[in-house]
Amino acid sequence: MERLGIKETKFAVKIAKILKTRRMTEHEKLFELAFEDGDGLDYEPGQFIMISVFGIGEIPISLTSAPTNRLSFEICVRAVGKVTDALHKLEAGDLVGIRGPYGKGFPIRLLEGNDLLIIAGGLGIAPLRSLINYVLVNRRDFGKVHILLGCKSPQDMLFVDELENWNQRMDVHYKCTVDKAAPDWAGNVGVITTLIPGVDLEPERTFAVVVGPPVMYKFVIRELLAKNIPERHILVSFERHMKCGLGKCGRCQMQNLYVCQDGPVFNYDDIKHLSEAL
Amino acid sequence: MKELQYQYALLKKENLEGFVNRLSGMRKVMAPVAKGYNNFAFEEVHSGKGITLNYVPTILPPKKYFMPQHETLLRYQIGKGIQVETVMDSEPMVLFGIHTCDLAGIQCLNAVFSERPKDYNYLTRKPDILIIGLECNNYCDEHASCGLVNANLPNGGYDLFFTDLGDYFIVHVNTQAGEEIVAATKSFEPSEKANLYELMELRESKRKIFKNEVPLAPRHIPELFEGAFESKVWAEVGERCLACGNCTNVCPTCYCFDIREQVSLDAKSGNRYRMWYSCQLEPFAKVAGGVNFRQTRAARQRHRYYRKFKYPVLKFSRFFCTGCGRCSRTCMADIRLKDTLNALIKEKTTKLWRDWE
Repeated sequence: MERLGIKETKFAVKIAKILKTRRMTEHEKLFELAFEDGDGLDYEPGQFIMISVFGIGEIPISLTSAPTNRLSFEICVRAVGKVTDALHKLEAGDLVGIRGPYGKGFPIRLLEGNDLLIIAGGLGIAPLRSLINYVLVNRRDFGKVHILLGCKSPQDMLFVDELENWNQRMDVHYKCTVDKAAPDWAGNVGVITTLIPGVDLEPERTFAVVVGPPVMYKFVIRELLAKNIPERHILVSFERHMKCGLGKCGRCQMQNLYVCQDGPVFNYDDIKHLSEAL
Repeated sequence: MKELQYQYALLKKENLEGFVNRLSGMRKVMAPVAKGYNNFAFEEVHSGKGITLNYVPTILPPKKYFMPQHETLLRYQIGKGIQVETVMDSEPMVLFGIHTCDLAGIQCLNAVFSERPKDYNYLTRKPDILIIGLECNNYCDEHASCGLVNANLPNGGYDLFFTDLGDYFIVHVNTQAGEEIVAATKSFEPSEKANLYELMELRESKRKIFKNEVPLAPRHIPELFEGAFESKVWAEVGERCLACGNCTNVCPTCYCFDIREQVSLDAKSGNRYRMWYSCQLEPFAKVAGGVNFRQTRAARQRHRYYRKFKYPVLKFSRFFCTGCGRCSRTCMADIRLKDTLNALIKEKTTKLWRDWE
């Protein structure tokens, strides 16, 4: 049997070094990474990478940093499986493999000039943070910015210092809620849908961007439609298991669409009829 | 007619063995061989002796040569740094005796893997494999549905194509590589006008034998699936399904895969490989948090049928069913492709009548 080294294969990975890690909660850890050879990662908010822990496996993870910093990129990882557990054991200086970025991110050109209603549930803040930080750097390109955040409890909140910054800013309308909290919690308690009716928005010029656990979408979208936001103005991003990221392995397929190539960001109008989507 | 004659050569049946012998001297030859009662498999042969040309589709389709069950993608060494090397295995070979259904299957895989982003592991291996097709003069058995998907006649995708015409094979020379085989093996004779007429007669008679196996024209099949997502047929099929994944493993157009790691005991080196995987297995569409987007067997079987008759029509403008009948032949629960299609058609026509009344 002839063994060939093939250069152009899409399964090639580039070695990246972990520059910094930050434990965010009991289950989530933030990693800042840079390629060993000094190359930057050319990506858009909402895209994802395939990350390898050698000897353990490879998984898709969304990029949580904004592409405004060319020298490094960040991912926020929740320990839920073999590879994510292994990732959590890594520290600054350790090496991982990266390929990508993959997928269609948030349609920045479409969003520019409009008001944004960004709705994050739990870990959904990870890809949305990329969009939010991009928007804040290019603040004058966008209209009003509403950010609604929901998590299980105050202890599960991610990027707490940044949330505080968004809360302080005059050019951002920020609200958060938790499902349950100890009596000393001064903020909102309740599911995220309770925040939507109170948002003062002009539906025709507002784009809603929703990322969260599968169970969240149906209820949030119902509230958005009740607010008269057009279906074409609702964007969602989906999470699936993926093995290739190339639209081949079939793991992320929902009906005729591959989340890795056709998504992960979809226009609600394009996928509302798919029963395997939500 | 004169020009056509140049495209065809003859191989007398008594020269078949010699042809295969010489061919196997040139490169590895894979051909169908008998494996117990009514079972056949593609295997390496060194002479014409072991070959069975009158066979029902092999247990595994020839996709195993283009997309091996186990294929190494990367090797790595973990030391001070990490050295990663992309690899692929390939070996020149010639496949002999490929039925038209399996030729169609290979064409489906070509479409999938040459679509961007391209799969260079497949595309690098593909030109190493020469293909010699073989025409079916009659149905192999009751499971075949090559009439429906129009895969009983050759439609390209081969270097040489053999048709049995009694005492001899008439051989269509389709590519330069095919021409080289004809020249190098020195077993062939030029064709005469009369041979071509015989071939045309056979094709004409095949029209009477191979008919659409279901009572619905192929062009209406995607439409049938359009309205069948909530059909009761899926529940019925799902009830019987054992979720073993046999149907997808033997399918010539199923290409889903898993990617896994294999590590040495000292964890200093390892490789990453891909292997066939099946949408019929329960964890296939599971995501973190335990949500499964195709939890029931009914949903998974439905997904399989839609991946044959609906989704690829949108993406590749063709069915990803070649009518080979392997899924029906191998199913332990007797789930038959033709039965499923018939049930969907019956359900639809009944509904039409009901609506009309």
